[in-house]
Amino acid sequence: MKENPDESPETKKGDSSTKPPSQLSRRTFLGNIATVGIATTAAPLLQVGELDAQQVHQPATDVAEAPATSAGTVPVSLKINGQTKNLQIEPRVTLLDALRENLGLFGTKKGCDHGQCGACTVHINGRRVNSCLTFAIMHQGDEITTVEGLAKNGELHPVQAAFLEHDAFQCGYCTSGQIMSAVALLKEPCGKDADAIRECMSGNICRCGAYNNIVAAVRSVQGGS
Amino acid sequence: MHEFQYTKASDVGQAVGSVSPSGAKFVAGGTTLIDLMKLEVERPKLLVDINGLPLDRIEPEGNGGLKIGALVRNSDLAHDEQVQRLYPVLSQALLSGASPQLRNMATTGGNLLQRTRCYYFRDVNYACNKRNPGSGCSAMEGYNRIHAVLGTSSHCIATHPSDMAVAMMALGATIFMTGPKGDRSIPITKFYLLPGTTPDRENVLAAGEIITHVTLSPPAQNAKSHYLKRRDRASYEFALASAAVIVELDGRKIRKAQVAMGGVGTIPWRSPEAEHELAGAEASERNFRRAAEAALRGAKAHKDNGFKIELAKRTLVRALQTVTQA
Repeated sequence: MKENPDESPETKKGDSSTKPPSQLSRRTFLGNIATVGIATTAAPLLQVGELDAQQVHQPATDVAEAPATSAGTVPVSLKINGQTKNLQIEPRVTLLDALRENLGLFGTKKGCDHGQCGACTVHINGRRVNSCLTFAIMHQGDEITTVEGLAKNGELHPVQAAFLEHDAFQCGYCTSGQIMSAVALLKEPCGKDADAIRECMSGNICRCGAYNNIVAAVRSVQGGS
Repeated sequence: MHEFQYTKASDVGQAVGSVSPSGAKFVAGGTTLIDLMKLEVERPKLLVDINGLPLDRIEPEGNGGLKIGALVRNSDLAHDEQVQRLYPVLSQALLSGASPQLRNMATTGGNLLQRTRCYYFRDVNYACNKRNPGSGCSAMEGYNRIHAVLGTSSHCIATHPSDMAVAMMALGATIFMTGPKGDRSIPITKFYLLPGTTPDRENVLAAGEIITHVTLSPPAQNAKSHYLKRRDRASYEFALASAAVIVELDGRKIRKAQVAMGGVGTIPWRSPEAEHELAGAEASERNFRRAAEAALRGAKAHKDNGFKIELAKRTLVRALQTVTQA
């Protein structure tokens, strides 16, 4: 597994000087620390804000919407979080890799890449699936929702808010998959007691073991809905 | 992963026609095939996407049974009202398998064709007669805790991993196929092939053939059914042993029993031996144990999986206790 393919140099070019420092994202922050580390090993962290203004990632959608034809690639059109994205990719590109590598949607995580951990959970036509075990080309015309598409008008989805409220994560790597599963669960025939929630959430592994708080977060939303 | 060409089939005839070149594979849910393509166990040159075919319906049959399309997703089948009412064993088996995400993807036809979880089959660096006929079996002398104790041969001891297929085996489902030579159907008890000397041949599907649907006979009056699965963790894990049981009771007397076991066989394992012991017997723990002994009489343990024999017996006894409770 590539540990952090999203932090590869290709994603750190371009200019978005309009982005205010207050919107410094975790990814940008980490990416720039790496840049600083290479440039001047003793660079003070204060410079990060400046660097951010100078060289923030190019929005990856631009890359995706300017397809370059190369051997073996085919045009693939995907509807993701309500937006149509046109890609030029090989049929062997999984939905997970298309989201991360081609569309810059890094919220969906690559854990095991074999359907055994749930970190890559997204919704296709409202149903949760493992995006690592399906090819992007198989989902032209489908409505795909990733964790980036949950918040509406700047308001977190109630499940996202509940995860914050209940501290339902530690390292956070499995969290987007957990949240996507929990959101889907609300529309599934799942019971409301802790055992039922554990069973319904069993497709999402958390190596930190934040399960108790995850169950509490899901219960709070179930009760409130 | 190796490169492949992709095409989407719009009707069954086209799908069947397009896999005639060797190296072509159908893809439905993809949860087994794409996993194995990443491991390079499967290297199709052409992938024929059959998800657009109209095989996704669950329909009542005139005789009171059920017709299940090959593309019905595991979650839809498990939560179907008719399945839950008529065949609880099938719903329970489906819900005991995989995870909610995988069940939303996996299909009825694909699940019948699910490939083994044998570590050596899944790792192309090892010899495996199923993956590479004639290369040998690494499981035989290797770590074989998850492997089969029933239906094995000196060429293969890989376990069939499906839960759904075990329930369908107990229910006596009929599998309908179509292919270059037309339509045909076969009882599920004749669908799977024991490994013998050709473990690479897992079922009777011919090249280019596709499963279109499965039918279930109407349940008998007073029949009760149950699926019990034993595994290393509480959920999201393959069976070490499982039992699907359907019992017709007349008071405390068993009129008829249908028994299949999972996690222990090279194929979903129907046990006429256990059924014979149970037919006409009182529903008692002693008789359940006799049935379990009969079911596992031919079991052959390897280095690490001997525990499965007793585990399977106890699993069957417990399943029979549960299903015959008032």
